[in-house]
Amino acid sequence: MAPFFIYTGVGLGVPIVYILRNAFLTFQGKFTFSNLDLLVHGIYLKGFENSLLLSAITSIIPGILGVFLAYAIVTSNSAVLKRMVATASAVLANFGGINLTFIFIAALGEGTGVITVLLNHIGLNPWNHGFDLYNFYGVAFVYFYFQLPLMVLVITPALGGLRQSWREAAQNMGASNWRYWRHVGIPVLMPSILGGVLLLFGSSFAAYATAQTLTLGTVTLSPIQIGDTVSGNAIAGEANIGFAIALGMLIVLSITMIFYGLARRRASKWLR
Amino acid sequence: MVTVAESYFFENEEVGPGETPVKRRRKKYRIWRLVVLVIAGLYFLAPLYAGFRFALQNDSGKFSFWAFSSLPSEQGFSAAFFLSMRLAIFTALVELILMVPTAIFVHLRLPKLRPVMDFVTILPIVVPPIVLIVGVLGSAPLFLKESPYLLSIFYVVLAMPFVYRSLDAGLSAIDLRTLVEASRSLGGSWIRTLWSVIMPNLRAALLSATALTLALVFGEYTMANLDGWTTMPVWIAQFQQSDAHVTLAASMALLVGTWLLLSLIVAADRSQSRRRSRKAGTR
Repeated sequence: MAPFFIYTGVGLGVPIVYILRNAFLTFQGKFTFSNLDLLVHGIYLKGFENSLLLSAITSIIPGILGVFLAYAIVTSNSAVLKRMVATASAVLANFGGINLTFIFIAALGEGTGVITVLLNHIGLNPWNHGFDLYNFYGVAFVYFYFQLPLMVLVITPALGGLRQSWREAAQNMGASNWRYWRHVGIPVLMPSILGGVLLLFGSSFAAYATAQTLTLGTVTLSPIQIGDTVSGNAIAGEANIGFAIALGMLIVLSITMIFYGLARRRASKWLR
Repeated sequence: MVTVAESYFFENEEVGPGETPVKRRRKKYRIWRLVVLVIAGLYFLAPLYAGFRFALQNDSGKFSFWAFSSLPSEQGFSAAFFLSMRLAIFTALVELILMVPTAIFVHLRLPKLRPVMDFVTILPIVVPPIVLIVGVLGSAPLFLKESPYLLSIFYVVLAMPFVYRSLDAGLSAIDLRTLVEASRSLGGSWIRTLWSVIMPNLRAALLSATALTLALVFGEYTMANLDGWTTMPVWIAQFQQSDAHVTLAASMALLVGTWLLLSLIVAADRSQSRRRSRKAGTR
């Protein structure tokens, strides 16, 4: 036991303590609030807001779509389909990072992308209709690709927990399909859906590689700003701002995971 | 996660009797379901198709295996590949040496500690690579900062939630206490019990833990890039400027490799959950 706790303590504890300490120090090592002050003004505040907005978009939309997709799969009678989807979701949900960037450039890159060319033939080149892969919305679009399977993975057990007898009971009492969902299905599923959305929120908020390689660092997001300070692109006098951003991210992610834990606990009440 | 999800995919196969008023709605629903599945299928397959198609083209747009066959001889490729390989093996070894005894000990002696373990091993999810690396680069001693294995030390931490869950599921599926008592009472040492009794019974869990770790190390870009080491993903991102087709070929090769590794996990999980249901059945 001891080796495990020591390893975790050093491996996570030391970097976190270092971040906490340096968020309140100037580059020269004097105590200061100026890093946090920078964080809540100007470009760093913008990065934080953008990150929160990106995470909200890429958790709520795939979160809702994922429920429908998972329901379509759970209620299907094809065992082959279920097995394929189970494997594919597990793989795709872990499929963040740089691969995603490059297959999306191959698919939807301006001019040469395979899908772009295809759509161009039928006169629907997305680039001529306001689409841009290399900005904020492009990043959001690409994130859907791993967020949707993640939601399917997370929500499927909850959908499996909806008992046929509840539906029958509702029907016996004269409930329509709509009323069954309104008063039984959705309330039972709600904690699981919320939990799933929170998990997706955290996963978007923490992601760096895809956004960095897709936009070459031009999109204003907190993780990318941290990356810039590490690679030495920070403005003079703001050398420790990276620690303050990291602290901010830690706070947001901790809150997200606390609510995720609460939602999970609430969800497990029905799903036994 | 995979295990749980999988089992539920198959549990809900109740086919109700075909009542007539319900039948029409069912048909409507079936069409709706088909539409959802087709759209989702297209959405997920289209970028993959594009990736392969692009990787299998030469610069003039003709079909060719050129990008794949020239990959091993591209500048820096083999160095990056072997660096990733070394890091992956080192990470997996440290991970297993650290986590296997810990998970067994918790199951055997301190089952009360399981909620604590669940909590501790979820912590790395709250501390993403981009945050972790800032603290690591600042606080690591110089001799570690000069070595690529600094990355491995923290990949062990990143992989821990997945590995612990996998081992935890594997250990829950076997009757650990009986196995250990039988072995010990027959005079087996602890090492021997671990090696020839517990480990063979944990094969599926060990396999999936290892595969997850390898996939994680081979795909990790953030920490490697910011620490200045050209691992596989970093090389791919850098090579983008030189040749897009080769970049795609490398990216697709990495993808297929990851895909195979992770399919292995799903297969291992499946054999494990079969085993668990067998165990439940005999009681």
